[in-house]
Amino acid sequence: MQLPRFHRLRSAYYHLEGQACSACGAVQFPARRSCLACRSEELERRPLSGRGTVFSYSEAVAGFEGFAPPHLMALIELEEGPMVAAQLSDVEPEEIEIGMEVEMVTRRIRELAPQGYIVYGYRFRPRLEVEAGR
Amino acid sequence: MRDVFIIGVGQTPVGEHWDLGLRELGASAIDAALKDAGVESVDALYVGNMLSGSVNGQENLATLLADAAGLLPAEAFKIEAACASGGAAVRAAALAVAAGAHDVAVAVGIEKMTDGLASTVSAGLATASDQDYEASHGFSFVALSALMMRRYMHEHGRSREEFAPFAVNAHQNAVGNENAMFREPISTEDFGRSPIVASPIGVLDAAPVCDGAAAVVVCSRERLGADHEAVRIAASAAATDTIALGPRGDILTLESARHSAQRCFAATGFKPEQMDLFEAHDAFTIITALSLEACGFAPRGEALRMAENGCIASGGCIPLSTAGGLKARGHPVGASGTYQIVEASLQLRGRAGANQLAKAGRALTQSVGGHGSIAVSHILEA
Repeated sequence: MQLPRFHRLRSAYYHLEGQACSACGAVQFPARRSCLACRSEELERRPLSGRGTVFSYSEAVAGFEGFAPPHLMALIELEEGPMVAAQLSDVEPEEIEIGMEVEMVTRRIRELAPQGYIVYGYRFRPRLEVEAGR
Repeated sequence: MRDVFIIGVGQTPVGEHWDLGLRELGASAIDAALKDAGVESVDALYVGNMLSGSVNGQENLATLLADAAGLLPAEAFKIEAACASGGAAVRAAALAVAAGAHDVAVAVGIEKMTDGLASTVSAGLATASDQDYEASHGFSFVALSALMMRRYMHEHGRSREEFAPFAVNAHQNAVGNENAMFREPISTEDFGRSPIVASPIGVLDAAPVCDGAAAVVVCSRERLGADHEAVRIAASAAATDTIALGPRGDILTLESARHSAQRCFAATGFKPEQMDLFEAHDAFTIITALSLEACGFAPRGEALRMAENGCIASGGCIPLSTAGGLKARGHPVGASGTYQIVEASLQLRGRAGANQLAKAGRALTQSVGGHGSIAVSHILEA
């Protein structure tokens, strides 16, 4: 039973909420008690843009119980700087490459047995070429 | 701090022990180490283990093993540091003796993985990573290591086949170790053909799931006997890095490994090139490469070249994992760090059998947990 855990994580999972350090300007994800770069506790929470590039990736043959294939695991370098581990969606394994531009989407992450609680959160997909005014 | 000596070592064969549980495996390794040391009782027992709660449903493990091995009423507790648990348990024993709290202590590393379904073991191993931001998003231990390997290949222009020498060397060394799990040599071609588990990691990049226990008895100088083939723990150090890969910035530098090795070198005044062997944490070939670079045996991006040149073989400039390593001796997770110290001690005593190196005066052992979030290093001296 992990409902409290995922309730507690909702800002990070749904809004990709990280933090900006008021002292040194470093942006981090997830939010933490003090800045990883300068240890300042003057921090401002903010949702990150969700835009980034693939820093590394792996296609796993098998996944944990409750995770549906394909298991496209990636490390995403966000445009604000932080790196986040997440699954890729809406992409064929052979299309993935380092440097590929991606964006965050909210998707089903896993189904928790035996209660059937569905955890939603961030995944990343190839960035759609839609710009304002087009 | 007082000098600390290893005076006894013991180990069970590594493999699938369907007839042996935690208590039998642990007591067997402890008994062997006590007999080797010629002591009947110890002041304290430190148990390195990661999965006894999640896979075996058994916590309070150190009490179970003190009871099973006939060590009551000795002080006993478990040390958990993911895959580095076995090294951390030896460090705990060494610290207790160095500080003067105890005169004789035993450390046992133990893991009994075959009692769990593969899914249970895989989920248990993933608890070494960040549960909120890695494991809960489906990242297994293999997948996280695969991200490091893919990035290494990208930055240094290498192919997955070029990691073969680490696995080939480990299997070659395991042939001569009667306690190893895989005593068959493999070829570079075998490596290239091995099925992918999480791209680019294949089966032959990875250490196996298995059971095993290894133990060392340590004591102070006052308790050294004339009959002891003692090995001195010249240095012991542990260091940490971020629990998740993401916040590291540079995922190809194992900072925990670098710091713990550097502290050992600083404490002894030795340099990497003065080591006669390196028991590395070769859970995946990428971790071997990154460990060699972090400890200063190879410059950044040069570990594969070192392996290609035969530098890691017995007789090379830095013989690696001379008893088969995690890859081929086997990786009973919480036990592996203790196996490394047992195997290095046997080399330094000149009792490594078929795998004995011509020159074995000093060894570095390094146990790495949680894809580099923790590392425990030791320098042993004959």
